[in-house]
Amino acid sequence: MANGAPPPSFPSRKGEGGAEPLLSVKNLRVSFPTHRGRVEVVKGISFSVGKERLGIVGESGSGKSMTGRSILKLIRKPGLVTADRMEFDGIDLLSQSEKQMRSIRGARISMVMQDPKFSLNPVMTVGEQIGEALVTHTRLPRREVNERIWAMLDSVRIDDPKRVAGLYPHEVSGGMGQRVMIAMMLIPEPELLIADEPTSALDVSVQAQVLDIIDDLVTTKGMGLILISHDLGLVSRYCDRILVMNSGVVVEECAAGELENASHPYTRGLLAAMPTINEQRDELPVLDRTLWAGT
Amino acid sequence: MSAIELNNVDISYGDSKVVHGINLDIAEGESFALVGESGSGKSTILRAIAGLAPDWTGRISVLCKPRTHGVERAVARQLQMVFQDPYGSLHPRKTIDAALSEPLAINGVGNRGERVQAMLNAVGLDQRFRFRFPHQLSGGQRQRVAIARALMLEPKVLLLDEPTSALDVSVQAEILNLLKRLRREQGLTYLLVTHNLPVVSFLCDRLAVMRHGRIVEVADVALLKQGKLVEAYSQELLAATEGRVLVGTTS
Repeated sequence: MANGAPPPSFPSRKGEGGAEPLLSVKNLRVSFPTHRGRVEVVKGISFSVGKERLGIVGESGSGKSMTGRSILKLIRKPGLVTADRMEFDGIDLLSQSEKQMRSIRGARISMVMQDPKFSLNPVMTVGEQIGEALVTHTRLPRREVNERIWAMLDSVRIDDPKRVAGLYPHEVSGGMGQRVMIAMMLIPEPELLIADEPTSALDVSVQAQVLDIIDDLVTTKGMGLILISHDLGLVSRYCDRILVMNSGVVVEECAAGELENASHPYTRGLLAAMPTINEQRDELPVLDRTLWAGT
Repeated sequence: MSAIELNNVDISYGDSKVVHGINLDIAEGESFALVGESGSGKSTILRAIAGLAPDWTGRISVLCKPRTHGVERAVARQLQMVFQDPYGSLHPRKTIDAALSEPLAINGVGNRGERVQAMLNAVGLDQRFRFRFPHQLSGGQRQRVAIARALMLEPKVLLLDEPTSALDVSVQAEILNLLKRLRREQGLTYLLVTHNLPVVSFLCDRLAVMRHGRIVEVADVALLKQGKLVEAYSQELLAATEGRVLVGTTS
């Protein structure tokens, strides 16, 4: 965001305590109807994000992805999203029409999905797909679009961007596909990037590379990042602040460096349940779900 | 006695050869891991041993008997496989009872009801799950059923293909504990495929690092725990697990 595009005037301070966070969410609830009545999957969570890296961790079913999706209003009916406040840079997201949302999605807030295999269009070349995001939101001559595409592919560390831009998604590997997706999401230079399990479909050896790229781009462009993952270790390495979610509520919020001193039994249980490289324990502690059932 | 022995095994899918010249000797009662990134051929080796990838050359022996290329009933009683995805590996329209009884019926083993009950207890599932369908179970419970099914014929060797990678961390811990306990109680031999090095550290005695269809290094788990793997690629994997990128190692 540092270079180009309409400059919104907000102080570049951390979300917490900062005067104007990039995104602030208050009492967010997401529910779905079932034959036993509406079930809330996100039960009133509040948080704010500035130009920082926020991690949301939790196990499957904790509502972390639903939180990410509801920010972009990607939850379709009959799902229902309510909140006391959901503001992005002074815009009330809740009252935006679908058409207005379209000018925000991609251009100002974008989202990297989990699996490049299912999220890229199989009948469009990589270059066309990356360019599409740019062409939708800005008017640029074709040559400049191409140059931006190549530059973007280069910045996600793809060698020979001109060749790769002409390839179809099935011709690139998983790690490369995910980098293409990141390129696609970052080319309109959004202010906030939501990455939902961006590396879960990738090999460990490629994971670190992809996250480094995201991290690098987020820091140099001064964007906000919401990293959603089930991997506590990964989130604590790449984020400044962490929210731990369990069954729709935030059970713990802490600075990434202080995860070791987490106090909630759920967080502690998760940390203990992970085997380590130098594993000496004969048995792994198992989460005792009754400990926080009352909360 | 060696539980699984591979001598100079090459495995192909059609025209493309994916695994080259594998030599492995896994002792009875040992827990051995194959690690590597996707496409390195580690699952293919399991499939060849189980008889699911019949296009191989060389020699594979299971419990000192040479293996033929297909699925054999005699081998099935000694060697079983657990797959990665508990959502895909159980028949959606068969009850847990039917799924667990089927291997017994195929192999003409009697006393099925009692065996199913005993096995449910062994994998830590309540008896009330016996007549449920897979969709009524959580992922961890389903993986317990898949493990129970593999153990129904009281095999000596278990092939585990990423048994916990589709599960949450807390559920993974339960399944790992279960696998460790079953091995201790029944004297099983494990051949585990995974890309998760901490799991290897917890569950295995030895590991082989694979890349591009070849074994790069075979090492004792003690070396892994101390971070003293010899080959550069093994170190790279180790670094990636800890979230570091080694400079100049991109393939």
